[in-house]
Amino acid sequence: MPESEKPNRDQRPSPEALLRQAAREGQGRLKIFLGAAPGVGKTYKMLTAAQIARAEGIDVVIGVVETHKRAETEALLAGLEAVPRRRIDYKDHSLEEMDIDTILARMPKLVLVDELAHSNVEGSRHPKRYLDVEELLAAGIDVYTTLNIQHVESLNDVVAQITHVRVRETVPDGILDRADDIEVVDLSPDDLIERLREGKVYVAAEAERALRNYFKPGNLTALRELALRRTAQRVDEQMLTYMRAHAISGPWAAGERVLVCVSGDPAAPGLVRYARRLADRLHAPWTAVYVETVRYHRLGEAARDRIAETLRLAERLGGKATTIPGTGIAEDLVAYAKDNNITQLVIGKSERSRRFEMLHGSVVHDLLRCAGAISVHVIAGERAEPEPQPQPQPDPAGATVPRLRFDIRPYLPSTAIVAAALGIGLALQQFLAIANISIVFLTAVLVVAARYGLMPSLYASLLSVLAYNFFFLPPLYTFTIADPENVVALVAFLVAALIASNLAAGTRAQALAARSRARVTEELLAFSRKLAGVATLDDLFWATTYQIAAMLKLHVVILMPEGADLVVKAGYPPEDQLDGSDIAAAKWSWANNHSAGRESDTLPGARRLFLPLRTGRGTVGVLGLDREAPGALLTPDGRRLLDALMDLAALAIERIHLQSDLDSAKLLAESERLRSALLTSISHDLGTPLAAIIGAASSLKSVGERYDERQRAELVATILDEAERLNRFVGNLLDMTRLESGAIAPRQEMLDLAEIVGTALQRAGKVLANRRVKVDIGADLPMLRLDFVLFEQVLFNLLDNAAKYSAADSAIEIRARRRDQLVELHVLDEGDGIPPDQIERIFDKFHRAHDGDRKRPGTGLGLAICRGFVTAMGGTIRARNRADRRGGDFVIELPVPHIPGPAQRAEAA
Amino acid sequence: MTAGPIRILVVDDEPAIRRLLKTSLGAEGYEVAEAATGEAGWTEFGRVKPDLVLLDLGLPDIDGREVIRRIRGAGLVPIIVLSIRSDERGKVEALDLGADDYVSKPVGMDELNARVRAALRHRLQQEGAEPIFQSGDLAVDLVRRHITVKGVDVKLSPKEYDLLRLLVMHAGKVLTHSHIMREVWGAATDVQYLRIYVRQLRHKLEPDPARPSLILTEAGVGYRLTVEG
Repeated sequence: MPESEKPNRDQRPSPEALLRQAAREGQGRLKIFLGAAPGVGKTYKMLTAAQIARAEGIDVVIGVVETHKRAETEALLAGLEAVPRRRIDYKDHSLEEMDIDTILARMPKLVLVDELAHSNVEGSRHPKRYLDVEELLAAGIDVYTTLNIQHVESLNDVVAQITHVRVRETVPDGILDRADDIEVVDLSPDDLIERLREGKVYVAAEAERALRNYFKPGNLTALRELALRRTAQRVDEQMLTYMRAHAISGPWAAGERVLVCVSGDPAAPGLVRYARRLADRLHAPWTAVYVETVRYHRLGEAARDRIAETLRLAERLGGKATTIPGTGIAEDLVAYAKDNNITQLVIGKSERSRRFEMLHGSVVHDLLRCAGAISVHVIAGERAEPEPQPQPQPDPAGATVPRLRFDIRPYLPSTAIVAAALGIGLALQQFLAIANISIVFLTAVLVVAARYGLMPSLYASLLSVLAYNFFFLPPLYTFTIADPENVVALVAFLVAALIASNLAAGTRAQALAARSRARVTEELLAFSRKLAGVATLDDLFWATTYQIAAMLKLHVVILMPEGADLVVKAGYPPEDQLDGSDIAAAKWSWANNHSAGRESDTLPGARRLFLPLRTGRGTVGVLGLDREAPGALLTPDGRRLLDALMDLAALAIERIHLQSDLDSAKLLAESERLRSALLTSISHDLGTPLAAIIGAASSLKSVGERYDERQRAELVATILDEAERLNRFVGNLLDMTRLESGAIAPRQEMLDLAEIVGTALQRAGKVLANRRVKVDIGADLPMLRLDFVLFEQVLFNLLDNAAKYSAADSAIEIRARRRDQLVELHVLDEGDGIPPDQIERIFDKFHRAHDGDRKRPGTGLGLAICRGFVTAMGGTIRARNRADRRGGDFVIELPVPHIPGPAQRAEAA
Repeated sequence: MTAGPIRILVVDDEPAIRRLLKTSLGAEGYEVAEAATGEAGWTEFGRVKPDLVLLDLGLPDIDGREVIRRIRGAGLVPIIVLSIRSDERGKVEALDLGADDYVSKPVGMDELNARVRAALRHRLQQEGAEPIFQSGDLAVDLVRRHITVKGVDVKLSPKEYDLLRLLVMHAGKVLTHSHIMREVWGAATDVQYLRIYVRQLRHKLEPDPARPSLILTEAGVGYRLTVEG
């Protein structure tokens, strides 16, 4: 592309930066007062700033401010309006939280929200206060808030390392990135300790304890440095965004991309945070990836949850999260990295034993070997978080986690198979060496492994060893072994059986995974085909809800906005009802274009989870999911499948929208054209004859006596002709109106074409006065199912048209012939014919064939009526130019009725 | 019959139409009474005892068909219905109720005059029938069942003759399909039989069967035998 080779291509504003700026428009501004530790005076600083704003006439309210009873802070509350907090009852306690609804209703310019990292009490709309703040910002309200550095998600484990205290309440880094302004409230460690001693932060006893643990000068210095660095980095980013948006070339590292490989390991979250910090330093986008191998399917539910949670953490930290299917972690990781231009790869150091690595290979070693130009960061696996105790979670659904339950079923046939091997062994021991009989057992173990998986095959191995020992190795019928050689053989057999069953079971697991993946792919394909054939949104919604319900075993509803409300458009099962909390969550999800309800950050008390249904042109509705069984709605697999299904649905919605847009645009253009044509036609076709009639009649009235007989006759003839023309036009308009309003219901009966032709010729007598008319109707024509009146009108209009476009004394011919199951009727004239480019358009309403600049008199309705009537009677009409000579040829094709007409019957009789 | 000028009652709510009819019918020598509504028309009918009624079907107060019913209840005064185009059903209904004929508005005065004459003559014919009917080249002797075209004998099947006889007896007047079938076949059978017989009659009687000039098709209503031609 020559475009990209221009030297100034870097001078263009970066689209991402512009987008980010654009996304901010209409949103409130966020200012964070960031402190290194409690007690540095963030709330005081925030209130001071609020007082200044108030003095400037800005509408400030207090959403929530914790003064901790500090006198100088409380003094700053004076004159600031406070929105009363909301009482929420929770487990016998009554707690107060910021009342976000009242604030949204009050719509101040600026609201003060202390303690950004606060966790709301259960039952609040959002579990976290920063989510409240995001909603306020989205509503266009400016927010001042306070935050301590230890609450920043990506710094969480760094802070924990420094202070040995892990902070549970964290805010994602995204909200810092999103802040328009960060003010560091800085206090030197000595001053802070001084304040503590003076009891300005905590009461004496608490202060003493705090000083011993947290507020050590070393800690405070480290935290202060963190706060300052984080702010500096943020300022740096703002600068970069500004420079990119204004196309100022800068020193940012181009093309750095960070990839972090996560696992179900408890240390994975630490890896993700590390990757985030690395990416921040490099100003690089970053992605967390999980390579899903067959091992994934053997993982416990807890490990799967941990993987999903780690990926969600990456998203919260501002990274991208993805899962790739693969066979070997290292190869697939490098392949993915190369495809996505990754430059830095982060992976955790294995904590596995040397033996395990020798047996299974080491991912890290493989990775280092094939990484090529990609830098690999191997991070020490640090069990930063105490591993959650595996809680015995009885699952009443049972079926959802089958692998946790011991299933006796495969063990019975396994036993039978080993027993069969034993039988065969006993039968063969006459002919075979004892050592070879172990092969029979090995075969049995392989069969069990291939059919029932790992555990049964291990069981079969053990059983085989025992049986082999008991029945074949001397001394017989004991579990003791006399010959040391046989001990070696038995151990060798056991090892071989174990390896073989492991391999076979692995193959089986892979085959199962492949089969289930193939089935999912197939179903997705079938679904997309189904959607391709769907023409209306209603059908589409039904298809989508059904598909999601069937594939994910969930209850599904789709809601669409209708006026101010969200209305259920489709549901599976269809009779599902929404309760109040569901409707609230659905509305919030719709209004904020974000998931809400069960298992989400907003209104988690609702029965359903609501997800916005997004298409290229914005959110079109929300999807509600729920399941009768308790437990997680969606596994990570399920989530991916749901995303795929929703993507397909979104594409189809887009297609349907585009189609209807196109249709209505066409319709609009068409109706515009018709309206102007109708106006022209009426003003011309009604106006002209009326002018002639009024003129002739008025001159007859005023000066009639002075005209001679011939002149008077001339004027009277004019009046009559023009009135008849007017009459025809009105008749045509009437027919057209009836046709378009659908009032034409042909009364079809078996008719003789010749009779209709005769009647039409008789009515057209005056029009055809100076034309030679030839009628050639085959004597063998069957009776046709026609409406006499409509078809006579068709013929009259065609004759009128033929007369109009041909010269006096020329011939007009009506010819009818049978051709198989059709009767073809031609109306031929000897005029100039039809301009080829207008052959189809002459049947359009108000279209008139042009003849240079000259327009023929006429309404432009006659042929449109012909087509409408003929179509209503089940025939077709088309126009063409005559092959034998100049002139037009209008062809009507009418189907021959299937029942033998009474004509034939009467003739046969 | 009463002596003096023939009286025609015009019932129509359009003043322009009444003015036109009064002028042109008056010029033909008829005495014209007029009414703007159905009730006024019925009152006028009792007062002037007209020889013929011209009745618009779309009246502001009562349905035109109701007026036909009342007039038929009082006697056999010919009624010509003024109807709008493309209202075939209305025409057929009016004829089945006993109206003698219809004309579609707008109508030329020549045609209206012809219809009025036909209707009046039909009355006279019913009272003292003329044995020989003549129209164009066609001559029909109803007494001797003798039909000629340009003086040449024409052989008709019995049904064809029954059909022609019916048309001749009501010459100039439109006859609905169902009326003809009732009279000729005794029952309202398939209308296609009628069409076939009309075609056969035309082939025997018309100078150019493709462009009939004697037996005219009234689209969607029925047939009419031309009187003059």
